[in-house]
Amino acid sequence: MSRKFTPKVLTGNRLLQGDVVWMASDGTWTERMAAARLFLEAEDAQAALDQAEKNQQDQIVGAYLADASPGGAGPEPTHFREAFRRRGPSNYAHGKQAEGTHV
Amino acid sequence: MYKYNHFDEAFVRERVAQFRAQVERRIEGALTEDEFKPLRLMNGLYLQLHAYMLRVAIPYGTLASRQMRQLAYIAERWDKGYGHFTTRQNIQYNWPKLRDVPDMLAALADVEMHAIQTSGNTIRNVTADHFAGAAADEIADPRPVAELLRQWSTDHPEFQFLPRKFKIAITGSPNDRAVTKAHDIGLRMVRNDAGEAGFEVIVGGGLGRTPMVGKVIRPFLPAADLLPYVEAIVSVYNVLGRRDNKYKARIKITVHENGIDTIRDRVEERFRELRAEFSGQDQDLLAEIEAAFAPPAFRNAPLDGYTLAYDKDPVFRSWVDTNVAAHRQANYAIVSISLKSHGKTPGDATADQMRVMADLAEKYGHDELRISHEQNVILPHVHKSDLPQIHAELLAAGLGTANVGLISDIIACPGMDYCALATARSIPIAQEISTRFDELKLEHEIGALKIKISGCINACGHHHVGHIGILGLDRAGVENYQITLGGDGTETAAIGERAGPGFSADEIVPAVERLVYAYLDLRADPEETFLQSYRRLGAAPYKAALYPETKANAA
Repeated sequence: MSRKFTPKVLTGNRLLQGDVVWMASDGTWTERMAAARLFLEAEDAQAALDQAEKNQQDQIVGAYLADASPGGAGPEPTHFREAFRRRGPSNYAHGKQAEGTHV
Repeated sequence: MYKYNHFDEAFVRERVAQFRAQVERRIEGALTEDEFKPLRLMNGLYLQLHAYMLRVAIPYGTLASRQMRQLAYIAERWDKGYGHFTTRQNIQYNWPKLRDVPDMLAALADVEMHAIQTSGNTIRNVTADHFAGAAADEIADPRPVAELLRQWSTDHPEFQFLPRKFKIAITGSPNDRAVTKAHDIGLRMVRNDAGEAGFEVIVGGGLGRTPMVGKVIRPFLPAADLLPYVEAIVSVYNVLGRRDNKYKARIKITVHENGIDTIRDRVEERFRELRAEFSGQDQDLLAEIEAAFAPPAFRNAPLDGYTLAYDKDPVFRSWVDTNVAAHRQANYAIVSISLKSHGKTPGDATADQMRVMADLAEKYGHDELRISHEQNVILPHVHKSDLPQIHAELLAAGLGTANVGLISDIIACPGMDYCALATARSIPIAQEISTRFDELKLEHEIGALKIKISGCINACGHHHVGHIGILGLDRAGVENYQITLGGDGTETAAIGERAGPGFSADEIVPAVERLVYAYLDLRADPEETFLQSYRRLGAAPYKAALYPETKANAA
């Protein structure tokens, strides 16, 4: 029996900049996880991933589906790895925390 | 130092031009990521958590000041103003942009550097004793041989698709500072009964998920036979090494599964074939390379200023006692510059700090710098009369920390702050431990103690050979840190033993503190190091200190 689907966001890194981005509801890529689309159905999530891998290679590298939960202001990470991706490293204020996009 | 010849220069330039075209084709869409990824990895470009990462080789850890300045320039121009020196004697830039990478590689080529074979299933950057050519205990400088190996292994057509990556380390000293027993091939220079120099060849060492201490495959290999013998080992591995399972593909598993005797027989057989094909050209080349590594013109100068400073200035004295090692030349010394300032990221240097170190090397150090696998920078040839001035300039640049070999001189991999493979963070744990023991003002009292931290089982932070090793794991969605005890990366190499259940991020620093206080209570005298006390007493008293509640429950 397959495991029950848990909500996901589609994430990856921008091809040119390397920045972490998420797929937004309108199909564009956003720097802010809170603006990401939260997939509640496995089929939708998989279709979005397939589409990104097939048609958005010019924008995105390393796309994958990551667990997320619905927060008050938008999707939030459920695992610390994704929380670090949303914020940036802990030893310097680099990455999203420096750019103000870490929420 | 070795100077690129026309062949080296043309080869490196051509690779830059090729990669520039590959990047363009990726951006234009002519190459998919699946097609591009192996090409970028061949040139040291990874994708990590937050950005790309460029890993640059520093062959056998040796740099001239102009190369260090170029690393500073690259950090400032195309990254965030710093670089991270690694346990593989490499430097990593954590924030390059794809379009800039060909320019970064071109800037490296300008100073005879590259990022070739810093990734992939090839022979990686050959590492060497960071005191090479300077150490008082050395038979001979191992770097000419390391350079010969670099030239032989670079783009070697037979060895571009090995079962897995392949790492060679070399030392010219009986005191092993290059962790040769934890490499795919370890080479230790030794003398035979006739007094001739050769190599003890060690094979099948490695850390990672299946840590193993390397085994001696040849107790004495005449120096002139080195290249055909190493080629024979890699050749046998290329045939026997497993390609069906990534986790069983390293030569340590090949040696383990086939047995060292079988491997030795096959290698000797292949060696006989290969030896006959070597015309001696490799030895002519080696002689040329050796000339490039001739020792610098050492000078004589009075030591009065040094002696006076040592007697009068306790801060200088502490730094000399901790960070300065014996040089083969009387009145000279080897300076280890600590990149482990308390509370800072192990192995990181800012562009300004790189320039200060380059200037010091140029002014006082015969223009040489080394990167150690312990993530520090070495000035290998310093006249003792210059030590007070060097110390003053290092202090002013935030590089004067007197902690080499002590508890805050921690190896830490980038961990989950950067690395896509990591299961937990390493850097903040190192920062907290060094901050805590600096507050306690205990580290000189504690003495020699190596803490090594890895953020996953791949063990880039060498935790298996730390006296205290820390391994960061993901336990049910929470960072968890497992302690190993009694590891040793030197000539008396040992894999640390797991102490017991792991600790949370909040618990790990107090746990280390309990271990250290237990050691201070348990040691026979202040001369007995942590590792010696562990070997004398075994794990039991240290486990009791780590898990006091277990002891209480059992009582």
